[in-house]
Amino acid sequence: MTYLVLDQLTKRFANWTAVDRVSLTVEKGELISLLGPSGCGKTTTLQMIAGFLDADGGRVMLNGQDLLAKKPNERGLGIVFQSYALFPHMTAAENVAFGLEMRKINRADRDRMVADALKLVGLEQYGDRHPRRMSGGQQQRVALARALVIKPSLLLLDEPLSNLDAKMREEMQIELRRIQRTVGTTMILVTHDQSEAMALSDRVVVMNKGRIQQVATPQEAYDRPANAFVANFLGRTNLLPGMVGSGAAGTVITVADSVWPVSQPVPPGPGALAVRPEKIGFVDAGGPGGGLGGTVLARVFQGTQWLFEIETAAGRVMVIRQHDGSPLPAERERVMIGWRAQDMAVMPADPEADLSAREAA
Amino acid sequence: MSMAASTDTQLQATGANPDTHAPPPRRPRRWPWAPYLLSAPGLALFAVLLLVPLVMTFLLSLNSFSFYGGIENVWQLGNYADIIADDYFHEVFLRTFRIAAVVTILCAVFGAPEAYILRRMKSPWRGLCLLIVLGPLLISVVSRTLGWALLFGSTGLVNQGLMALGLIATPIEFMYTETGVIIALTHVLVPFMVLSVWASLQRLDPQVENAALSLGAGPLTVMRRVVLPQIVPGILSGSIIVFALAASAFATPAIIGGRRLKVAATLAYDEFLNTLNWPLGATVAVLLLIANIVIIVGCNRLVERRYKQVFE
Repeated sequence: MTYLVLDQLTKRFANWTAVDRVSLTVEKGELISLLGPSGCGKTTTLQMIAGFLDADGGRVMLNGQDLLAKKPNERGLGIVFQSYALFPHMTAAENVAFGLEMRKINRADRDRMVADALKLVGLEQYGDRHPRRMSGGQQQRVALARALVIKPSLLLLDEPLSNLDAKMREEMQIELRRIQRTVGTTMILVTHDQSEAMALSDRVVVMNKGRIQQVATPQEAYDRPANAFVANFLGRTNLLPGMVGSGAAGTVITVADSVWPVSQPVPPGPGALAVRPEKIGFVDAGGPGGGLGGTVLARVFQGTQWLFEIETAAGRVMVIRQHDGSPLPAERERVMIGWRAQDMAVMPADPEADLSAREAA
Repeated sequence: MSMAASTDTQLQATGANPDTHAPPPRRPRRWPWAPYLLSAPGLALFAVLLLVPLVMTFLLSLNSFSFYGGIENVWQLGNYADIIADDYFHEVFLRTFRIAAVVTILCAVFGAPEAYILRRMKSPWRGLCLLIVLGPLLISVVSRTLGWALLFGSTGLVNQGLMALGLIATPIEFMYTETGVIIALTHVLVPFMVLSVWASLQRLDPQVENAALSLGAGPLTVMRRVVLPQIVPGILSGSIIVFALAASAFATPAIIGGRRLKVAATLAYDEFLNTLNWPLGATVAVLLLIANIVIIVGCNRLVERRYKQVFE
């Protein structure tokens, strides 16, 4: 059931368009991430949903109601800010109780709901503490409890974990996922961290320059990136230029001297083939399935894996092999590399998107 | 983990070969008096420019004065007894602190919202308006107050304007009244409040207001429950500055209040320069200082206790 609909949402600033006709549907109970480099419009989109910025065009419908017609304090959304934005002059419990007070909920119910919310985030002992006396992770949890206690129709999280250290971030990721399962609130998470987005979300929305590049499950976006930007932004990838054309067995892409079958619908003409470094293997010359010939430029030992850089006719290719004892080529050795057709994605050539993704990464 | 491991290895290596390890470097000789020596110039400056005059004023206030004999070098508390017994002095001191209190409240009422509005303004206007607010500080208090004197007179612009609008039939008395002194002093001192509140607003996370909005608070509730408690330290420090400056103000009460409406500062001035009763003038000055300190420290304590968490 469609719950939240963004329809052609647009925000223009003096000399650039921050959000350009963004359309998206979110199911009830879903956790969806807006992912992209800084300046891609993800935070602007969130601010428009929250009502802190006015949209220049488009609609936002939540459960059949027009959200943009309401004032920010009437939208009933929960928001967790990057800076946490706790009220420094109130205790944790008073912070959490604030939204309930505004809803004129009586004292007894309020106290019970505050206690429940603090318990949900594991802070039942810290109710009378002031934010300044809490760690970043604890403040983060108070901010989460404060946003959840009002039973929001939608929870917006703006880079909620970016101020935490790496260990804390992992803990909070698990915590956030657990809480989302428990309360079942529909959540929109804004992040520039692709691993965070992939770990937490049901679906990711990859954005660049104010436009949506791909909406997919994390695995799908990783395995089958819609374009070069997505391929580069989500993890490391090899993008090999090629030519899409029709062969005897259907559509194929020719990269240097090798030919690969294409299963996605891609128009004929210049194209690109994306394949992850860990999906590439060394194959026997002349073996079945074809391959790309090249020379090992460098091999680097990284503990659990080996990193190879191979010079091929289609450009340099990065290859990652597990350190499992199998024989691996030496530097300056002539090799043949190959991959399974289902492990690669083919897309139309888009040199501009490719460049900007590399800059962002 | 790897950090800890490498440190362990280092420690073990050090423990195994103590001989090869150089002896710990000798601690540099301590100079326990160095801090005092370094702050001596500053202390000397304070002593000469602040402490000595204060002590001399206090000693002067203990002397006695007679119309024919001049100042006599005796040590007694007669001047204090005179002031405490005399209703005239009570009136002057009460007036001084009444004016200072009203000016402080007016400055807070106008200055705090002014600073808040300034902060919400967009870039070019904000700098311009801040300049307009702080601009009066660049002009001498005397010329500003003389300006008010021109506006306030019975044929001044304010009265003429109000009469032309038909709001009043006869001119309002501004000159030589408390109302006039309060209006002029508020204008002179409000920039100090704006600056002080401005500084505390700079520390305010702008997202906090959005957070309160998202939780369902209306704009007025956000002001009252979220913004105001956080800028109380700024309002308080601004109030201390404004109160101290208003209670000891001289130029404005001297020009607007004149001889008829004396405050402690103009009283001390007249005792020194007109009556030539220096000891009594010194006594007024000392009492003004003590009263100022007591009131400011007392209020500060009170508010700090109320907003303890904000001050930490």
